[in-house]
Amino acid sequence: MTDTVRTSAPSAAAAKHLKRRRAADGRFRYYGLTAIFVALGALAVLVLTIGTQAFSAATYNVVKYEVTLDPAVIAPEGANRPADISRNVEGFYSLVRDELLTTFPEAEADRVSRRELSDFVTRLAVLPTARLVANNPELVGNTITLTAPLNDDLDLYLKGQGVKERKIKAGTVSSVQGEEDGTFRLAGAEAFEAVVTGLAVASVDRAEDAGQPDVLLTAGVSTGRLTDIDAGSARMELLTGRAQDFAQARPTARIIVSAESERTISDRQIAWVLALKEMGRVDRVPRWTLLTNSDSTYPELAGGLAAIVGSLLTMLITALVAMPIGILAAVYLEEFAPRNRLTEFIEVNINNLAAVPSIVFGLLGAALYINFLGMPRSAPLVGGLVLALMTFPVVIIASRAALKAVPPSVRSGALAVGASQMQTVFHHVVPLAAPGILTGAILGMARALGETAPLLLIGMVAFVGDVPRSPTDESTVMPVLIFSWSNNAERAWEPLTSAMIVILLAFLLVMNGLVVFLRRKYERRW
Amino acid sequence: MLQQLGQLPMGWLLIALIAVFGSAAFFMGRVRAERLLVSTTSRMHSRPNYHGYYVAMWATVPVVLVAMAYAIFAEDLTRSQLTRELPSSFARLSPVELQSYLESVRMAAGTAASAGADRVFQAITNRYLELRGLVNTGTLVLLGLLAAGGIFFAQRRLQPNFRARAFVENGMQFVLFLCAGVAVATTAGIVLSLLYESLLFFQKVSAWDFLTGTRWNAQTEAEFGALPLFFGTFMIALIAMLVAAPIGLFSAIFLSEYASPRARAWIKPILEILAGIPTVVYGFFALLVVAPGIRTAAIWFNETAIRFGLASEPILAAQPTSALAAGLVMGIMVIPFVSSLSDDVINAVPQTLRDAAYALGATKSETVKQVVVPAALPGIIAALLLAVSRAIGETMIVVMAAGKSARISMDPTSDLTTITVQIVSLMTGETGFDDPKTLSAFALGLVLFIVTLAFNVVALRVVKKYREKYD
Repeated sequence: MTDTVRTSAPSAAAAKHLKRRRAADGRFRYYGLTAIFVALGALAVLVLTIGTQAFSAATYNVVKYEVTLDPAVIAPEGANRPADISRNVEGFYSLVRDELLTTFPEAEADRVSRRELSDFVTRLAVLPTARLVANNPELVGNTITLTAPLNDDLDLYLKGQGVKERKIKAGTVSSVQGEEDGTFRLAGAEAFEAVVTGLAVASVDRAEDAGQPDVLLTAGVSTGRLTDIDAGSARMELLTGRAQDFAQARPTARIIVSAESERTISDRQIAWVLALKEMGRVDRVPRWTLLTNSDSTYPELAGGLAAIVGSLLTMLITALVAMPIGILAAVYLEEFAPRNRLTEFIEVNINNLAAVPSIVFGLLGAALYINFLGMPRSAPLVGGLVLALMTFPVVIIASRAALKAVPPSVRSGALAVGASQMQTVFHHVVPLAAPGILTGAILGMARALGETAPLLLIGMVAFVGDVPRSPTDESTVMPVLIFSWSNNAERAWEPLTSAMIVILLAFLLVMNGLVVFLRRKYERRW
Repeated sequence: MLQQLGQLPMGWLLIALIAVFGSAAFFMGRVRAERLLVSTTSRMHSRPNYHGYYVAMWATVPVVLVAMAYAIFAEDLTRSQLTRELPSSFARLSPVELQSYLESVRMAAGTAASAGADRVFQAITNRYLELRGLVNTGTLVLLGLLAAGGIFFAQRRLQPNFRARAFVENGMQFVLFLCAGVAVATTAGIVLSLLYESLLFFQKVSAWDFLTGTRWNAQTEAEFGALPLFFGTFMIALIAMLVAAPIGLFSAIFLSEYASPRARAWIKPILEILAGIPTVVYGFFALLVVAPGIRTAAIWFNETAIRFGLASEPILAAQPTSALAAGLVMGIMVIPFVSSLSDDVINAVPQTLRDAAYALGATKSETVKQVVVPAALPGIIAALLLAVSRAIGETMIVVMAAGKSARISMDPTSDLTTITVQIVSLMTGETGFDDPKTLSAFALGLVLFIVTLAFNVVALRVVKKYREKYD
């Protein structure tokens, strides 16, 4: 290409053509690469979104309450048997609420603030403590540290997900003066300059019709709301704590863009939760309740135990029905069936069944099991049977492949030493094909474990607060729980749903890992 | 006494009885065969174990059949007798009311907590328990007799030259055949239940109105024109295929023609993870990320169009749940269905065809475009058809992200509903099986079943034909 540049017309055209063809070749390869990246990228985005959400739900904030177990409140005369104590939610709750009211006496002022403070903990959150005391009656009268999860909105706030705010360190406040209307005037040279700048920035991204952003000022356990801010002074309405805390301090200002009426938590609640945190009474701990609690209407108390047990019961039924039937059917079709019309019909049937939409199996279950046979709705028994019908074609197809892979010489050898056909199959062929059959069955079960739609149709979508004890109890399963939680409106359910998804995926991962392990360990090529 | 018998946990009891009878019979047969083996001078035809199995078969098979009959008929039998004995005032109740009353009787009997209810109810519950106890006792006695008779009969037949193995193996083979028959029974069950309920539905609503009507309002009013549902299903499947077909196909081509074996060994299983993720997870993803994203994009598009004077009012509907969101996510879900199968068929194209094209001076992409893909086309089409069938039958993604309003709209950012969404919303309410609402779900299910079946049959045919050509 260095010295002999050909200039004759046809060759130039050919060279150009060749160049174009090579460019097209390169582009084509690029399309393929792009397709792969798009697919893998989608997977990555999905995993990352759900992973990060689930990560934030893996821990939650709990508040410690130092309460004295007053026998008059939790075990009054006539209701002091352990069974009564464990049911006395109201009594334990009042202990917690009174403790909060002692810590923040300003909440006594009016009913709204009393309610706002009581919202910190839901009634049912004291149930574990009530049970603990019921089982250890000697605790009555003692002072114990009671731990209860923080209300979900406040929990989100502390995690920085609920309310958008900007934190700014203010300058030193030199003087605090009480005014006649109960507010305080804070002053200090250029103490609030940074706050004023921050407010200007915040108002840029605000819609025009919204009001002024809220500014909260915190020093230690005390918090107040600022108004009339200029660089050197501001007026403060004290929300909690003492005004003196601000003197000679460098408080932290929080600019909260959304107005109080647009939020799920009020300024006062923010002030209290910040104070609790400052007192060291708020801990962010792993959320084991996700695995030990059952469903609840309160996100901070909800867990997946009932659904996990329901899933296991359902899978047990599915396995007990689908695996024997699927494996025996595969043995028949592969080893015994004569080649005739009937067998061919059965085979076509199996192939089509494997591709029938899952929801159709749900319709079958509703019509056959519930309407015709009168089995109970929402029960793992029915769910398991529906999923078994869906799974066994998969088991048959996988088992047949495994049986087919066993070389004919094994059969010939067994037959040659006088084994009957049945003995050949069950003493030699099936044991050799067992790893393949097992992996196929596990894969089928994994699919069934993630299935949702058919179970909705047989009523497994109902709210279930108790762990099911038998296959005929009302129950739900993990994927259906994910579906129900994703329908809930409150923001706190989103990370919780993601966490439940991660638990489900963990189960699937274990099953698939088992398949890979079995394949590695037992796979043999003949 | 009878009342206590009425509360027996019959399910567990029957299973336990079958196990006990079976193992007892096995050991009795085996012991007898071993005695024969010692006492006889000639050779035994079958090993003692087979004699044991033979006796066990006789002991359990009739018992299992009776137990199944009990499971199906016991409740009906009890109820019909109870209905006959009810006071005449109950004659005014409609059949549905009577059934729900009897159901509450059954529940109360199950928990034995009828205290506090009125006396009539309590008396009926007690009578129910008595009848139930009678049925239970009868069944248990019958089972005992059958098992004993079976064992007695089978024991008498054991002889040294008795061909126990042949009997057992024939019986076993019959069981295997029955298992394979479950597949046919399932298909028959699907077809019959869908057809039966659909026919009930079509007695109330004409099939023609159902298939061609354009107003669907099953929840509130009785309007059952399913065309908007078919449209929504088609639209979302189309969007899904617009995503999955190019991505899946190009992935398959890249993996089979361009990728190194190492890259292939990594990428292929990762792609298949997409097929293993439960659909409810995709639905959540669509709801959480994709649908809000599309809404924001659509609003931005509307504002831009208005700002530049291209439109005077918003062009796109920009609803919080949209056909586009559901379609996009569904497209991602079906990528592996397209890519895996296409990859297989592309790999099955003989290398000689490629070599011939290279010999003529074709570049790699020209070989792929003009030789490999045309040769693999039937298989690729089958893969696409299977993916379409998957997309049509997919439920959770559309339930969570596609919306519920039945309308015909070409705007992909408006919410459309599909066949599967409506089946779920019709069946999750608390309605009886005689309600046209519930029945219409079965009619929709029938349509869904037929359409997906057609796609599958055609796809399997195409694949079969193609295989015959190259193998």
